[in-house]
Amino acid sequence: MKTVRVANGQGFWGDSVDAPLALLEGGPIDYLGLDYLAEVTLSIMMRQKLKDPAAGYATDFVEFVRRALPRLVEGGVRVVTNAGGLNPRACRARVLEAAHELGFEGLRVGVVEGDDLLARLPELAAAGHPMRNMDTGEPLASVLDRVVSANAYLGARPVAEALAAGAQIVLCGRVTDTALALGPLVHEHGWAADDWDRLAAGTIAGHILECGAQATGGNFSRFWEVPELWNVGYPIAEVAADGSFVVTKHPGTGGLVTVDTVAEQLVYEMGDPASYVTPDVTADFTSIRLDPAGPDRVRVSGVRGRPNTPFLKLSASYLDGWKAAGQVTVSGPRAVEKARLAAEIVWRRLARAGVEFGAGDRREELLGVSGCLPGILPGPDAPPEVVLRLAVRDPDRAKVERFGKEIAPLVTSGPPGVTGFAGGRPRAQEVVAYWPALIAREQVEPHLEVTVEGVGG
Amino acid sequence: MRVELGRVAHARSGDKGDASNVGLLADSPALFEVIRREVTAERVREHFREICRGEVERFEVPNLLALNFLLHDALGGGGTASLLTDAQGKTHGQGLLRLEIEVPEELLP
Repeated sequence: MKTVRVANGQGFWGDSVDAPLALLEGGPIDYLGLDYLAEVTLSIMMRQKLKDPAAGYATDFVEFVRRALPRLVEGGVRVVTNAGGLNPRACRARVLEAAHELGFEGLRVGVVEGDDLLARLPELAAAGHPMRNMDTGEPLASVLDRVVSANAYLGARPVAEALAAGAQIVLCGRVTDTALALGPLVHEHGWAADDWDRLAAGTIAGHILECGAQATGGNFSRFWEVPELWNVGYPIAEVAADGSFVVTKHPGTGGLVTVDTVAEQLVYEMGDPASYVTPDVTADFTSIRLDPAGPDRVRVSGVRGRPNTPFLKLSASYLDGWKAAGQVTVSGPRAVEKARLAAEIVWRRLARAGVEFGAGDRREELLGVSGCLPGILPGPDAPPEVVLRLAVRDPDRAKVERFGKEIAPLVTSGPPGVTGFAGGRPRAQEVVAYWPALIAREQVEPHLEVTVEGVGG
Repeated sequence: MRVELGRVAHARSGDKGDASNVGLLADSPALFEVIRREVTAERVREHFREICRGEVERFEVPNLLALNFLLHDALGGGGTASLLTDAQGKTHGQGLLRLEIEVPEELLP
């Protein structure tokens, strides 16, 4: 039975730059998926594109292509990525330039477009599409003038279309992370658009792969069982035509693939396990069967799916004021008491200057005592030192900037033993908030466009 | 016998908007039945009382020997808007493993 080897070498924007190369060099794979987009990455790319019409994509990817092209061509490995961001055509131009310079004139690069809805938002809102925030229920109209990006999540079909048209690299903007794996599987195995069980199986393969090393021992609760984590191998799924697959990694790499590491990744960012909704299918995680299949091999089978929904997820971002965070290290006897005093000093000096923040818009954390898990992990009574971290947010940038000026004075006019104030004053950062919504499928899909080009057009 | 969940289960957590999700996975089918009985949504909510301001939803995934919890209003506004160090709930799984439950001694590893 035909088996397709799909790997993932990039779990998020900022993941290891060497991992995708290691996947190409460590053994055979057929497809390499690379995820470069976090929830608000597109808003950052929008700002870059406003300044420079040739920007707005993941520049890391072009660097990857320069390093990897000989391997990709030699091994016939095809790459599917969302690195195109808001400007996949510009990204393709840079990739083809690199191919030309390196002498790979035959490279064909596909682009998937149609996810970017920013320019169409007023029209869509006027036509009665509320695009309500899925968390708050508010219609998008309430922040429309502050929206900086709006993209529909596309599924696997346009990816498969680009592969069928001969692309060795497929550049997308906002597609689901799972589509980076499911697209190649639909193309290779010819799964029909209503073959729900197989589409669900490919989606679950994509979910296991999408966070890179999290399937192979990274972020695993029993870290002490994981060998050579420094050299962790990124995940590979060997997927059969019936949708069953084996999760593994290249021989000679570190990390661990067991039923436990795979199951831990399955529950990552899970909502209702019976209904994992994607543009392609509704997958049922309660149907998954995991079995050990040899060292660093786990077999996944039995996956069931149901029809997809009439909606696509819309991921928008909008400007929502300013925030800043700063920290100092407080060391020596009575460190906790001194850190609490230092925080009180900052808030009272700011109040004296007429700068006050609402209770929900200021935060103090004593890292080392009660930072991330207050009320759960009992902190030590007398730690030798703690890190005091203070943060604020406000619609008024000037207030947030003023906060940033009140940290450094603690070193000389606060309690003793305050240090570690490096990197200058905390700067106000604009808050780009996330707006998850739904949009009717038929408003998006007729606008999809898939094009494939080579060096010289 | 009273033990921390970390002795009989493992966990992973992440974010879904302003909610965190914590997947809790038992180390054996028998331990899954214990965890399913002991680790109720109410106990998880009490455990995270200083973190989770909203409701706790619980889902069962028996084929993975897992429970999935959604901790609503637990990330200080979520993702980019949050002022928290752990704005994505990455540590919540580790936090849940500190919950103490009653486990029959013969089931302990």
